[in-house]
Amino acid sequence: MVEISIRKRPLTGIEASASTQKFFKKTARGKVVKVVRERYLRSDISCGSSSCQKCKESHLSAISSKQSNSPTVLLSQKGLANSVVRGNHYLILDTNVFLHQIDLIENPSFTDIIVLQTVLDEVRHRSLPLYNRLKALISDPDRRFWVFYNDFSSETAVLRQTDESPNDRNDRAIRTAVEWYRSHLTLSTGPTSSTRSNLDVVLISDDADNVRKAKEANLRAYNVREYVNGMSNADQLLDLLSARSVGGDSELGGDRRSLLYPEHLPTAQVQAGLKSGVLISGFFNANAYNYLEGTVRTSAFDKPVLLVGREAMNRAVDGDVVAVTILPKEEWKAAADEVIEADSALKNDDAEASDDEGENSGDVDREEARLARKEARDAELAAKSRTSEPQPTGKVVGIVRRNWRSYVAHVDVSSVHDASSLGPQSLFATPVDRKIPRIRIRTRQASNLIGQKILVALDAWRPTSRYPDGHFVRALGATESKEAEQESLLLEHDVPYRPFSKAILDCLPVEGDDWKVPPKDFSNPAWRDRIDMRSEMICSIDPPGCQDIDDALHAKQLPNGNIEAGVHIADVSYFVKPDNPMDAEAASRGTTVYLVDKRIDMLPHLLGTNLCSLRPYVERLAFSAVWEMTPDADIVSVRFFKSVIASKAAFTYEEAQLRKDDKSKTDEITKSIRLLNSLAIKLKKKRMDAGALNLASPEVRIHLDSSESAAPIDVEQKEMRETNSLVEEFMLLANVSVAEKIYETFPMTAVLRRHQPPPKTNFETLQDILKKRKGMDLDVSSSGALAASLDLCVDPKEPAFNTLVRIMATRCMLSAEYFCSGSVARDTFGHYGLACGMYTHFTSPIRRYADVLAHRQLSAAINYAPLHPSLHSKDHVDDILNVVNKRHRSAQMASRASVEFYVGLAITEKNRSAGGGETVGKGEVKLREEAFVIRTFRNGIAVFVSKFGLEGLITFKEECEFDAEEYKVKVPSRVSGLSKDVELGIFDKCLVEIGVEKDKNTKRGKTKMALVLG
Amino acid sequence: MSSRLELLNAGGFRVDGRKQHELRSISIKLGGSIEGCDGSAEVTQGLTVVSASVFGPREPRLGGQSHDRATINVEVSLSPWGSMERKRRNKGDRRLLEIASAIRSTFEPVVHTHLYPRSQIDIFVQVLQQDGGILPASINATTLALMDAGIPMQDFVTSLSCGIHSTSPLLDLNNVEESDLPNLTVAVLPRTAKVTLASLETRLHVERFEEIFRLAIDACQVLHQEMDLATRARTKLLVSAMGGKLSIDKDSDEEARVGGLLDDDEMEY
Repeated sequence: MVEISIRKRPLTGIEASASTQKFFKKTARGKVVKVVRERYLRSDISCGSSSCQKCKESHLSAISSKQSNSPTVLLSQKGLANSVVRGNHYLILDTNVFLHQIDLIENPSFTDIIVLQTVLDEVRHRSLPLYNRLKALISDPDRRFWVFYNDFSSETAVLRQTDESPNDRNDRAIRTAVEWYRSHLTLSTGPTSSTRSNLDVVLISDDADNVRKAKEANLRAYNVREYVNGMSNADQLLDLLSARSVGGDSELGGDRRSLLYPEHLPTAQVQAGLKSGVLISGFFNANAYNYLEGTVRTSAFDKPVLLVGREAMNRAVDGDVVAVTILPKEEWKAAADEVIEADSALKNDDAEASDDEGENSGDVDREEARLARKEARDAELAAKSRTSEPQPTGKVVGIVRRNWRSYVAHVDVSSVHDASSLGPQSLFATPVDRKIPRIRIRTRQASNLIGQKILVALDAWRPTSRYPDGHFVRALGATESKEAEQESLLLEHDVPYRPFSKAILDCLPVEGDDWKVPPKDFSNPAWRDRIDMRSEMICSIDPPGCQDIDDALHAKQLPNGNIEAGVHIADVSYFVKPDNPMDAEAASRGTTVYLVDKRIDMLPHLLGTNLCSLRPYVERLAFSAVWEMTPDADIVSVRFFKSVIASKAAFTYEEAQLRKDDKSKTDEITKSIRLLNSLAIKLKKKRMDAGALNLASPEVRIHLDSSESAAPIDVEQKEMRETNSLVEEFMLLANVSVAEKIYETFPMTAVLRRHQPPPKTNFETLQDILKKRKGMDLDVSSSGALAASLDLCVDPKEPAFNTLVRIMATRCMLSAEYFCSGSVARDTFGHYGLACGMYTHFTSPIRRYADVLAHRQLSAAINYAPLHPSLHSKDHVDDILNVVNKRHRSAQMASRASVEFYVGLAITEKNRSAGGGETVGKGEVKLREEAFVIRTFRNGIAVFVSKFGLEGLITFKEECEFDAEEYKVKVPSRVSGLSKDVELGIFDKCLVEIGVEKDKNTKRGKTKMALVLG
Repeated sequence: MSSRLELLNAGGFRVDGRKQHELRSISIKLGGSIEGCDGSAEVTQGLTVVSASVFGPREPRLGGQSHDRATINVEVSLSPWGSMERKRRNKGDRRLLEIASAIRSTFEPVVHTHLYPRSQIDIFVQVLQQDGGILPASINATTLALMDAGIPMQDFVTSLSCGIHSTSPLLDLNNVEESDLPNLTVAVLPRTAKVTLASLETRLHVERFEEIFRLAIDACQVLHQEMDLATRARTKLLVSAMGGKLSIDKDSDEEARVGGLLDDDEMEY
């Protein structure tokens, strides 16, 4: 039995007042309430030092009582040594160090750190992502971080005094804890103790005031720079220092310079403005085509709010949540139809000199002045033509929340002053993401960084600086090297790719690769309540080279004339039990990420490609859905059960197709495939009749030469065979059936997937373009109507045209998402694209976490296993699905980017083999392809090359005659360099040459296109 | 779930610095605080303060009398200043009626009502400060007030709430915890470990129920010791005040522990 006790709290005297916290709080309705909370101060909070004799016993009991998933690790016996600090010590860090210097602290040289509760709470309050990174550090046994609960210890608890701000209280709490540690350690590890380690503590803070006060109180305190200077690997660490660190050169005289940007409003004012509706907030979305323009989507307007110009964007970075004021209607503008690339416009800015901006940035000013003139003219034009209607326009007045992360970037060579120097210098890093502005970093290793991909963190963006300040985190490797590109891609899309830790691998079956389904015995847990399906003619059909086989199928004729069709899904939930480290990791990874040459698994290799994978000729555990259907594919009944199967064959789509079509083959498996196919055709027809959409995305397949060189030799578009659709239909059917079943059993927490109908306004532009350019109508009143009208968008001369329209239509839609059935209104459950009322993901549990949840819920729904309590909690399911949705999106983007990179390589390769040069637009490049124009600008066009699934931008040197109404641009020969004038409109076909050009400054390869004549 | 507060942090501490199985500070004042009543008690558990006063057994005022037993009548009121937001509740408030009926049904089988046919016992419960666990504190105060009034009962009734944070049970919830966690209130007769009340107003997974139910019962035993000490002290004080020779020592026999105590009280009045 556990020990139950009553905590006694002093009710009189000074201690009584220390045991309650009182504060006043304003409620959402504007009322002021007084909050009183109890606080039990304890004497059993230990210091965490393994040299401490006093706390030894409580340390031992803490180590023995803790659960295995978070072992207690004590601070080392010896402490740290630093040349600036006399004697060995531990570190206590102030909140601002964690908030601004987390990259530095994550460096493995920082160990033996005491994290105070006050600090931990404040970090949590200020930034959840930072808090999570800090938590990861605390749980890392090699780092030896110790959490000291100073607010609960009777000796260090601090009460907020009247006239003291919460910040000051926290600072005082930190100093009190430092003081306590100092005297505690002197007593217990000092000369009189048995260990005689003579330890001390050192406070590190970037708050000059806190450091000063600590020194006054006779404590040892340093700012980060001072302390790092004394560390053995100071040179390397100093680069990691955030620009916000005090004592840095950038701080000097910062205020004397003139403001380039308006100051942001204080938080309180922003909040008040948002509440009263004067300001609106939303995610800032930078325009990748035009660095001087951005948008903010809000619910207040149908159209996104436009932000034009640097000052209106006011230091917002893509992804930030910003507060915006809307300008009066007369000042509303239309989105610019022009391409402005920051790289070319701003190439002459100087990183060092831009500290005293103004003199040097003449070019920029000119550019901006030109833009201002253009804006005025555009507004006039827009007023006349009224085609591009003015959008609500606003400007950023405050930042609600920064969503800064680390960015992969290249060093801009032209900004490096002296490549041989080892002294610190400022230079620009150009992020790979076009939406992120250049970042000024300060480094001593400029010469090493040229030609490398580096990771850069943003620190601050002062109103006096044209560019944000950041710091170098680490180098990823040489540009264009596969490893660096791959890692940068994963980082850029926030895909966790670290190898699975030991705790996770410990959750795997001990037999490893030798694990087998035990012999049939229903008392064995593996066989409990399972149906033996080993004799069924089950086979799997997958793309070639597929190792993680999630699904297998079978079908057979029943005596009563009906058909039994079964879908068998790998029983991942048998191996992945809830609430263990493997489950937690899978939940945070959310999905397997497929790159061209690499797969980042959600589950350890052993499960994904062996134990769970439904490989042929071996027995595997499965979760089966079996339907009885009439020959017309009407469902008579459906059963779900756990089973044991032995797949008879693993086909590729192509093999299955050949087998089906080969009339001479009459074996069981072939018959089973034919039966499935006949049902699938009918199922598909029903689905299409119900109004399902047939969408398209530019999918291409990369052929790799061999696994070693991994040089792509060719790019081809993915082919769709009948058997692809066979598998797809049955997976859809299984998902729909499972969705209905789990929703029926768990109406509040079922894990479902929906696709909301897109707002009609999303289609307006596309409809207009189609009408004007092709005379075609797009009916978007329902998914069925859209499907029908998409079928009619056919140009007999251009078979690819229909696909292009489908791609463009797909871009107008919202993306599908997972949700918890209790969290959204019942009438929004539908799946627009599939035209079904309810949908979930059940069929790929090896590579998607949502499927694992659906498996657990389904096995509870069929009374196979009780549902884990966490899946009864709506909040918990919501939290998991939010992560999964986010991961799903980033996985898609990462694999797209990976394909893009390889397409680039393939293009270079093709050019080289054709003997072409590098420079695009001068006839040197030999690779020419047909392309469709998909967007027109005043000074450029965007084209789509369907052969490579590649989108490219072609800019002209000067503005051309542009017809915004007809989406046409007339390119005179002197601009294009061609022998005659050309007129291009959206959907027109043109010939382009494609090559990969290296940017001279960043050494970054970039696909470029230029118009050529056919 | 509240995003600002971690109800149980990685170090195993709750928001107020207690650990999972630690109850809040309890203090008990027996008798004397309310004029004119037959017995009264004030119980402070953490920041929750409840005072209960007992009138009777006395002649019933209006109908509803029973010819073979005493009826128990409970009224609960909340002081408007006792919670974060000032809110006046009138007598017919549903929440108050619910608490009152829970108290009544808890005590009806425990009080020896058959000894007082055709009479009525009035219990007035005043919640002076609220910080979670109003019902358990009210039941504890009522037990003590009934004892102070010298009304014979089978046993003490001790009550406590218990909640669950993910999979870790927490005892004696405060307001913050109570509003976020599924929680259960039990009332127990400590001598026999019989449960006279189990009230669950939130959704709780079946498999977790037994665990926290048993834990809450164990915790009620701990609470019983505290209440037992308070009653003994009070009785001792009264006895010495009257100059009587009866004294309850530590080494008095088992019988004196509960049954005997009640008899002593009877003798006093």
